[in-house]
Amino acid sequence: MSAAHSHGPAVAEPTSFEFTAENIELAKRIIAKYPEGRQQSAVMPLLDLAQRQCGGWLPKVAIDYVAHYLDMAPIRALEVASFYTMYNLKPVGKHFVQVCTTTPCWLRGSDEVLHVCEKKLGIKAGQTTPDGQFTVIEVECLGACVNAPMMQIGDDFYEDLTAETTEKILDALARGEKPATGPQNGRIRACASGGPTTLIESAIKAGVKPAGQA
Amino acid sequence: MPKLTIDGVEIEVAPGTSVLQACEQLGIEVPRFCYHERLSVPANCRMCLVEVERMPKPAASCALPVGEGMVVKTNTPNVHKARKGVMEFLLINHPLDCPICDQGGECDLQDQAVSYGYDRSRFEENKRTVSDKYMGPLIKTFMTRCIQCTRCIRFVDEIAGVPALGGLARGEHLEITPALEAGVNSEMSGNLVDVCPVGALTSKPYSFNARPWELRKTESIDVMDAVGSNIRIDARGGEVLRVLPRLNEDVNEEWISDKTRYAIDGLKRQRLDRPYVRGADGKLKPATWVEAFAAIKAKVAGVDGSKIAGVAGDLVDVESTVALKDLLNALGSQNLDCRQDGASFDASNRAGYIFNSGIAGIENADVVLLIGTNPRWEAPLVNSRIRKTYLTGKLKKVAVVGQNIDLTYPTEWLGNAGSVLTDLANGTHAFAETLRNAKNPLIILGAGALRRGDGPAVQAAVRKLAETVGAVREDWNGFNVLHLAAGRVGALDAGFLPGPGGRDLGGILSGAQKGEIEVVYLLGADEIEADRFGNAFVIYQGHHGDRGAHRADVILPGAAYTEKNATYVNTEGRVQQARLAAFPLGEAREDWKILRALSAELGQTLPYDTLAQLRQRMVALNPVFGVLDRLVPSAWGPFGTEGAVADAHFTSPVENFYMTDPISRASQTMADCTEAFLKPALAAAAAE
Repeated sequence: MSAAHSHGPAVAEPTSFEFTAENIELAKRIIAKYPEGRQQSAVMPLLDLAQRQCGGWLPKVAIDYVAHYLDMAPIRALEVASFYTMYNLKPVGKHFVQVCTTTPCWLRGSDEVLHVCEKKLGIKAGQTTPDGQFTVIEVECLGACVNAPMMQIGDDFYEDLTAETTEKILDALARGEKPATGPQNGRIRACASGGPTTLIESAIKAGVKPAGQA
Repeated sequence: MPKLTIDGVEIEVAPGTSVLQACEQLGIEVPRFCYHERLSVPANCRMCLVEVERMPKPAASCALPVGEGMVVKTNTPNVHKARKGVMEFLLINHPLDCPICDQGGECDLQDQAVSYGYDRSRFEENKRTVSDKYMGPLIKTFMTRCIQCTRCIRFVDEIAGVPALGGLARGEHLEITPALEAGVNSEMSGNLVDVCPVGALTSKPYSFNARPWELRKTESIDVMDAVGSNIRIDARGGEVLRVLPRLNEDVNEEWISDKTRYAIDGLKRQRLDRPYVRGADGKLKPATWVEAFAAIKAKVAGVDGSKIAGVAGDLVDVESTVALKDLLNALGSQNLDCRQDGASFDASNRAGYIFNSGIAGIENADVVLLIGTNPRWEAPLVNSRIRKTYLTGKLKKVAVVGQNIDLTYPTEWLGNAGSVLTDLANGTHAFAETLRNAKNPLIILGAGALRRGDGPAVQAAVRKLAETVGAVREDWNGFNVLHLAAGRVGALDAGFLPGPGGRDLGGILSGAQKGEIEVVYLLGADEIEADRFGNAFVIYQGHHGDRGAHRADVILPGAAYTEKNATYVNTEGRVQQARLAAFPLGEAREDWKILRALSAELGQTLPYDTLAQLRQRMVALNPVFGVLDRLVPSAWGPFGTEGAVADAHFTSPVENFYMTDPISRASQTMADCTEAFLKPALAAAAAE
């Protein structure tokens, strides 16, 4: 099992699981995307649905439930759930912080970001805070290298991080706020960091300063 | 038909053939681990790399379909280098523990490392280790040795039909893991030991017992069910150490059931190794052959032939059955029966009691009807053949009259009452229409359906059904009886049945109660309750101290199936010869020789002194015994007695797959399996 599967507080394994009425509706819509008799193809989205319903992780009963829901052997669904790192087989905190430490982010200072997270929350990578609010883990590339360093919290990307912005984000989350997602240094999405170098006229029209202009 | 060139030789193969299969057709050996010809092709071990012209890199030949004009090279320096690379990677995480590994000497990895391995490792980091998994009392795991070929996962999923194994996590962390704590609950699980190319899955009862080169290998026939699986018996000295399957596409392909493989430790326990005679105090006492024969002679001498009876058991070979029949006939007895289970059916026509389509014939069927049988327990290899046909998509529907149980493929349950069969035979049941519309309908009548007392009527009803739905034609005979006992069809063919005016089993037992039968000769018959013989003098000839021997007045120790050259006829009517792998224990003798010696003692010397002469006598008795290993179609004709089928439920007589005969009942391994797999299932069923 990879690191992503071995963290978490001592949360009791639930003894039963069932989709909520809304999730059943969703599940039906997902399954309808696949041809008749190929409902097993929906195993990944349904596992995701179950994970969301369970608060970010997949207990054994939920995996078995999804398997039965799709008429497949439980072990086949467990294979899928254990293969992909985005399924958590152990409980995680309310805010699931995944800090990218792959080369581009590392070159741009991900060590510092991770260090701040660990210091701020008082835990090591792979652990969950005792109050169950935060889990921090190191992950491999999340595909936002242009805005390195970055971390993913829940479904959101926080990019162009520094020690200060990381701290701010964690503080805001701890206060129950939802900090703005995306680049934290004022940059617009994945534009060149000093401002656009091409399509300058349209950039000016849109109110963005091109590169090299004060 | 694409034509391709492999190593300069041109070959034309069927479309869809893989390059690896094409190589095999030319006799070119391609190393492989994950590829198994009876399983799906994952192409994950990469050992079978070959070079194909106009392809930039070496290709995995197992998953590469042949193409017109392909030029394949399997023996270039480049191919060799590629395979060496793959082998080096495989060995990175494989422990160097061959000296303590049970697979040593018959290990694919070991063998192929000789051809493709480097003589030293360049890997200096730590090897990975994997915790061992519990897979039940039959399979021992050593998962660090696993090379992740996934053959075991595919085997249980595809052949055994029990999705009990999975590969959890990925990459370096991938571990083969059983789905349940109970292990792999399948009656075919022992084959995992054979499909595993390394020593990750080995046989638990055989662990640390022997090296393959120490064993004497004998090709023989199995008797644990009526399939007649082809086996290889490996023995060292006088001890049978293991049983492995032997390839026979028509019977067992390359699989055997767990009972066939693991019941052999029963051959070491509860054995009869010397004659016994019951003394005046009512206790069995060890005796010599002379004393035992004298006791029999003293009893039989004054008794009229009509008061003597013989019953043949489940594991009897044709030789001893014929010898006993000849001896009893010579003594003037016609009271013979080989159906110790009390089944009654019409055995006048051979087609009425054999598996006419043949086991391989199942693959041509498109609709199957099972009546009063649980093939999963009665004949696991027949069941896996049905599953195989279902998986190809050719088999459209399987319906069941009898217990509604999981047979590893979807079935339609028609009910279990006798009336269902009546309705089917009369054509008033909806499913009769499905059978009629089928191209090759196949009906399997379980032995349990013939045990209910209305056997001849059931037989006639099924015959009528088979005839009306077109299951019996020139080119197709879908009327099949699935027997349970390896010796049954042979004994029926030998005519070990009541002669003119003779008594059948019921008659023998009631006669014994009333004193009309004074002497009963049990040839390996162990499934009859002891108190049903009244005061009759019981002679038991067999190899295990089971039920029959407990009741006996004289015990004659015979040979088990591994200890004699003998003929068996399987449920299809296929005549096959088992061979001696170890000598009978102690003073025990081959069964026909005992009967021959006894006949001389009783003054009715049988006219054969050698096995060859006895076999000539068998062929004279019934020409079917003259054709070995091949199926001879039996002529269709009337059989059975039209009559009312009782409304009682059809059930399978097998209550415990792991214990059905004296050998498996004496086996510790089979007892462990019962404990591990059957008890929890029974408890769960009781709780529901």
